[in-house]
Amino acid sequence: MNRATIDLWVGIFVVLGIGALLFLAMKVGNLATFSTGETYNVHARFVNIGGLKIRAPIKSAGVVVGRVADIRFDNESYEALVSMNLDQHYQFPRDTTAKILTSGILGEQYVGLEAGGDGVMLKHGDRVRLTQSAVVLENLISQFLFSKAAETKDEKK
Amino acid sequence: MSLAQIREHARGRLERLGNAVTSQVWRWGFASRFLFYMVVHSGTALRRFRLTVAEIYFAGVLSLIIILVSGLFVGMVLALQGYETLQRFGASESLGVLVALSLVRELGPVVAGLLFASRAGSAITAEIGLMKATEQISAMEMMAVDPIARVVAPRFWGGVLSMPLLAALFSAMGIFGGYLVGVQLIGVDPGAFWSQMQAAVDLRNDIMNGVIKSVVFGVAVTWIAVFEGYDAVPTAEGVSRATTRTVVTSSLAILALDFVLTALMFTGGKSA
Amino acid sequence: MVQIQNVAFGYDAARPVLRDVSLSIPRGSVIGIMGQSGCGKTTLLRIIAAQYLPTAGTARVLDVPTSELDREGLYRMRRRMGMLFQFGALFTDMSVYENVAFPLREHTELPDDLIHDLVMLKLEAVGLRGAAQLMPAELSGGMARRVALARCIALDPQLILYDEPFTGLDPISFGVIVRLIRELNDSLGATSIIVTHDVQEALGVVDYVYFMAAGRVIAQGAPDAIRASEEPFVRQFVNGALEGPVAFHYPAQEYGAELELEGS
Repeated sequence: MNRATIDLWVGIFVVLGIGALLFLAMKVGNLATFSTGETYNVHARFVNIGGLKIRAPIKSAGVVVGRVADIRFDNESYEALVSMNLDQHYQFPRDTTAKILTSGILGEQYVGLEAGGDGVMLKHGDRVRLTQSAVVLENLISQFLFSKAAETKDEKK
Repeated sequence: MSLAQIREHARGRLERLGNAVTSQVWRWGFASRFLFYMVVHSGTALRRFRLTVAEIYFAGVLSLIIILVSGLFVGMVLALQGYETLQRFGASESLGVLVALSLVRELGPVVAGLLFASRAGSAITAEIGLMKATEQISAMEMMAVDPIARVVAPRFWGGVLSMPLLAALFSAMGIFGGYLVGVQLIGVDPGAFWSQMQAAVDLRNDIMNGVIKSVVFGVAVTWIAVFEGYDAVPTAEGVSRATTRTVVTSSLAILALDFVLTALMFTGGKSA
Repeated sequence: MVQIQNVAFGYDAARPVLRDVSLSIPRGSVIGIMGQSGCGKTTLLRIIAAQYLPTAGTARVLDVPTSELDREGLYRMRRRMGMLFQFGALFTDMSVYENVAFPLREHTELPDDLIHDLVMLKLEAVGLRGAAQLMPAELSGGMARRVALARCIALDPQLILYDEPFTGLDPISFGVIVRLIRELNDSLGATSIIVTHDVQEALGVVDYVYFMAAGRVIAQGAPDAIRASEEPFVRQFVNGALEGPVAFHYPAQEYGAELELEGS
């Protein structure tokens, strides 16, 4: 087993190993999807963000156009401040609505953008004025029960 | 037996237990000083990189076959078992997610680590132990060459560098095996297989953590292997006992460290 | 070159291996240290090689007391020494050439072609230049020991230590080693210390002998004086007699009682 053979095999081994790591990173993980590239930042206020997390996707028409950068609490207005990074390639009008939606029925929450009709576009640092908060499951259930109870009472009358 | 005899017996047992514990703790201390000394004297291993390259060959390249084949089979079994359960909930399209996350987060580093410990770890221990038994270590000392720098350190760094690569290869082979069984054999939709996997496996949280785990395991296994070899009693029986100890201790260490690392990495870490 | 004064040593405190040993080894001589197995001669060699420090007394090697050596000093001293281990202790993963080149590669910055010439020189001196590409596993015992000897002298040491160099050799290899010890010592201008219990052959090659028993030097002298010695232990050792100060039987109870014979 001379040196040249050893070097060759070690070289092959290292190349294979790094190849495996790259394969894992690119084809298996989400490196290939949007993580670098130029972004601009906008923010929005929500009464309730539900289960929204940092790095959650921001989608419009179902396509990922950005990621949630930061989530803070405003102690004066008692609302949530969500900071978002949007891909430079996509421009949205000033009257765009930001809604907190759930993927699937019980899936992860994300921010959905519905474009408005304004001619002026959002710039870096702008605020998205129209927002819709997350649906809180408990409120939904208590609403349902309350309306069900009201129905029954009506029927009884 | 009289009461006095029972007391003597119990005291003897307790003394021996205490002795065993203190000598084990002493041994860990000795092993730690050994590690520190070896790392400090790793200059030779890094300057004459040829030595380390040779050890990467013996630890890494020669473990390739077992790692690749095992990875393939583990991936295939994961796909079979996973499909069984997932299809009951109509979630068979998430098979890719199941296979990928299981491998990248846990099975890749852990199983590759266990295989590495039993193949390369035992070989390293046996080699160093035999060198000690045939006075090769003494001969080196007599020739004013530090055996820890010349023999032990290259093997340590060779093992540490090989381990992450082997774990990655294991995971990659496993995913490929899962693909073979899931898509080709069972018939899960390939688009769903890969796209759901890509959506669920996070580069930082899953893959990076898996790599960190494999590095930690590599350090632990190789450290135990070189220490047991160097500390072995220089007889045939001593070397065989040291080799067994390497495999047993490494395996336990991997599983214990895996618990600690998993608890740190994958729970309670996500910020909201 | 080497002076041992009143040295005592034990691997653990309860059992001393050496008790009050004194000897002096002048430059350029070939000295034999002989005695029965377990008398402490190999331990003495290890103390000279500074692998162990004496618990009492001083060992001066190459004019430096071994107890005063730090790590650097120890390695510097060892570069001027060579030690031949009992079964050669060749590095099994390297060829004969690589083994002999090892000390040169580790301690010098010589270019490859110069190292090649030096290795061939040393191998020629022990008669194994043609075996340079063999692996240690392919060598016979005698050849392995000769290669180890070549490795030992690679850096032209001033002090060469031999730990049982004649063990298990056939008569021809035996004669070869004996001649080599003397030739190398004289051509290198070195000092050699041989630890052995092969009396007759050793007496033929050494200049002076130290006899040890039970951790002490009990006799010393030139080979002729030893052969003619009246000291009972020396006589038994030299003649290989069964009975003498060293009993044949290990202490045990009466034989008759062991076999449980009646009336004994």
